[in-house]
Amino acid sequence: MAVKMFDGNGAAVEAIRLARPGVIAAYPITPQSSIAEHLADEVAAGRIDAEYVRVESEHSAMSVAVGAQLTGVRVATATASVGLALMHEVCGVAAGCRVPIVMPVVNRSLVAPWSLWCDHSDTMAERDTGWLQYYCANVQEILDLTLCAYRIAEHEDVMTPAMVCLDGFFLSHSMQRVDTPDDEAAWDFVKPYVRKNMYLDTNDVMFINDLCPTDEHSEIKYQQYVGFQEAARVTKEVFAEYEERFGRKLHTVESYRLDDADVAVVTIGSMSGTGKYVVNQLREQGVKAGLLRICMFRPFPAEEVAEALKNVKVIGVVDRSAGLGAAQGPVCTEVKAACCGTSSKIFGFCGGIAGRDISDGSFRKIFGELTDVAEGRSETCERWFDVKPNAMNIREVDVPC
Amino acid sequence: MLTYQVQPKGAVSPGINTCQGCMIDVIFRNVLDVMGPDTVLVIPPGCAAQFSGCGPEASVTVPGIQGNLENSAAIASGIANGFRHQGNDHTQVVVIAGDGGTVDIGLQSLSGAMERNEDIIYICYDNEAYMNTGVQGSSSTPFAASTTTTPAGKPVNAKDLISIVMAHRVPYAATASVADIFDLRRKVQKAKETKGCRVIHIMSPCPTGWGYPSAKTVEVAREAVRCGAWVLMEYENGAIKLGRKPEELGQPQKYFALQKRFCGAGEEEIAKMGAFLTERYEYLEKLAQL
Ligand SMILES: Cc1ncc(C[n+]2csc(CCOP(=O)(O)OP(=O)(O)O)c2C)c(N)n1
Ligand code: SF4
Ligand SMILES: [Mg+2]
Repeated sequence: MAVKMFDGNGAAVEAIRLARPGVIAAYPITPQSSIAEHLADEVAAGRIDAEYVRVESEHSAMSVAVGAQLTGVRVATATASVGLALMHEVCGVAAGCRVPIVMPVVNRSLVAPWSLWCDHSDTMAERDTGWLQYYCANVQEILDLTLCAYRIAEHEDVMTPAMVCLDGFFLSHSMQRVDTPDDEAAWDFVKPYVRKNMYLDTNDVMFINDLCPTDEHSEIKYQQYVGFQEAARVTKEVFAEYEERFGRKLHTVESYRLDDADVAVVTIGSMSGTGKYVVNQLREQGVKAGLLRICMFRPFPAEEVAEALKNVKVIGVVDRSAGLGAAQGPVCTEVKAACCGTSSKIFGFCGGIAGRDISDGSFRKIFGELTDVAEGRSETCERWFDVKPNAMNIREVDVPC
Repeated sequence: MLTYQVQPKGAVSPGINTCQGCMIDVIFRNVLDVMGPDTVLVIPPGCAAQFSGCGPEASVTVPGIQGNLENSAAIASGIANGFRHQGNDHTQVVVIAGDGGTVDIGLQSLSGAMERNEDIIYICYDNEAYMNTGVQGSSSTPFAASTTTTPAGKPVNAKDLISIVMAHRVPYAATASVADIFDLRRKVQKAKETKGCRVIHIMSPCPTGWGYPSAKTVEVAREAVRCGAWVLMEYENGAIKLGRKPEELGQPQKYFALQKRFCGAGEEEIAKMGAFLTERYEYLEKLAQL
């Protein structure tokens, strides 16, 4: 184990290198580009023994990944934002054909309007595509979760691809200390790729992904559903083994000062550290504040969330995507469904869109509103917690009626 | 594992439900016969997807995958790279895709694969429309042809796939026709013996979409070659070799008259088409002399 300095993208590349992929196909997009570049560097320098396929789109990147992994090699790719949206069709193929690809996704807003900066609208749009999703809180977790994701995704009871989601710029371009297992220890943990179930081999003929009659389609989906059920268990097993080997605890959900909390926020991704900082401040001021971070979003750990939050009076769930048209943002929808049998009051908050910082001030504001409800001063919370008061006048166009 | 309920003659199962008179079946049989069992197929949606099988039943004796309409060349690239990484330099990766999946929605991934010179064989069977979805016009649909989305006849010419392919300077490309199976087999054999990205563009007339009796597919294909509506050629190491000169170059009257899709074409359209066919052939002739 060595301490190395990586930015988030560097940590993703390091984890990929440690997993020894045989085929790499990636298409550059801000803020993922340095992953595509550094993977090419690693191949050119001989530190990864892989074929680097310089694809002409993300759609092709995922297609190359699916085709290659079906021949029996581990593959690597990574993307962000509209690149992920372009992959969507083929992400479904990877999931339905049970090709356990592990893919870092550097979270960035979806167009329109154009933005280069972080929110979760890209990966949240993929939440029901049939991929596991893990959201990283810091750079260390990018390395840890990516290494674990290979073991989870490739587990014979799971066989489901996995996205390791890291916040664009906040993590992708943030240089941090990373405890890094040495090559042999990491390889002993990740293990060589073994093809299972479906593969392309002229000595064992099968035709993959032909037209599936209605008579069987539900059953294939049910198999995927069971894969997700198993993934919840396997994730915990793999996290436990990882902790045993490398001494770092990983969480499906992470409870922070929740035991006696009256008010709590539910967070996901890099905002969580700031949230904890504010919880500590509020605790010093005598407010019984807590935080629940969701790391594993797919499969959604509903029981753990309900258990962790069951005694909290008022809960605010912070979504980093707009969830347009939905009753709540995607994370809040899940949390509400998970906690529907409890007496907690749950409010959805939406902010941090397109790189807007979710600051300590943001969390203090959210906790203030939650406390007001808890103490009977108010009935509800403002959902768009960081939107400007003049929102409706931005780019207003005068159209004479 | 593949188990046989019916022992097929060759690599294609009997009873594939393409339309009567469809030659895609003949293309698959001959391609797979030349390629042999050490072949992996990639087939996108389209009429050829009948050869992917249905549910647990396979239609061919070689392994394969049905991809998406736009990514056949990319999936094939992935497979070829996966094999290469594992030291497998013998299994051939063959795409068999329709014109829509090739010249329209799949052109980007094909272009990428050609530029990277991936070690794949890409075969496009061209029935000059989106047949599987009900005869909608594609960019391979010729001028004046009526389809369900060009009911008054297509106002512009077809895209020139072989020229697009040649612009990528692939090691081997050819056009072929179901009217000449020996020539088709020879070209597939040549492709098999070449390394890198190889492309074969095969005209495959469609009785259902073109509107002619199902017994006349070969006759229609032959007429296309006779008037220059389909030019047989090869492209190898940067040089073009044309097939036999069309006997009735620039005179598509007979070819048009065989098919209902051209019934809206009047004298003016026929003359325009004739001039275009002559011009294109003469252009290719000049290129062949370089
Ligand atoms: C992304 C996408 N868009 C549309 C379709 C619907 N579709 C299936 S087959 C097909 C036509 C394909 O035409 P072509 O490639 O020429 O093959 P043919 O049916 O003529 O054999 C279309 C449009 C699809 N499968 N995927
Ligand atoms: S529609 Fe045309 S191309 Fe498709 S199966 Fe029928 S005859 Fe063949
Ligand atoms: Mg077609």
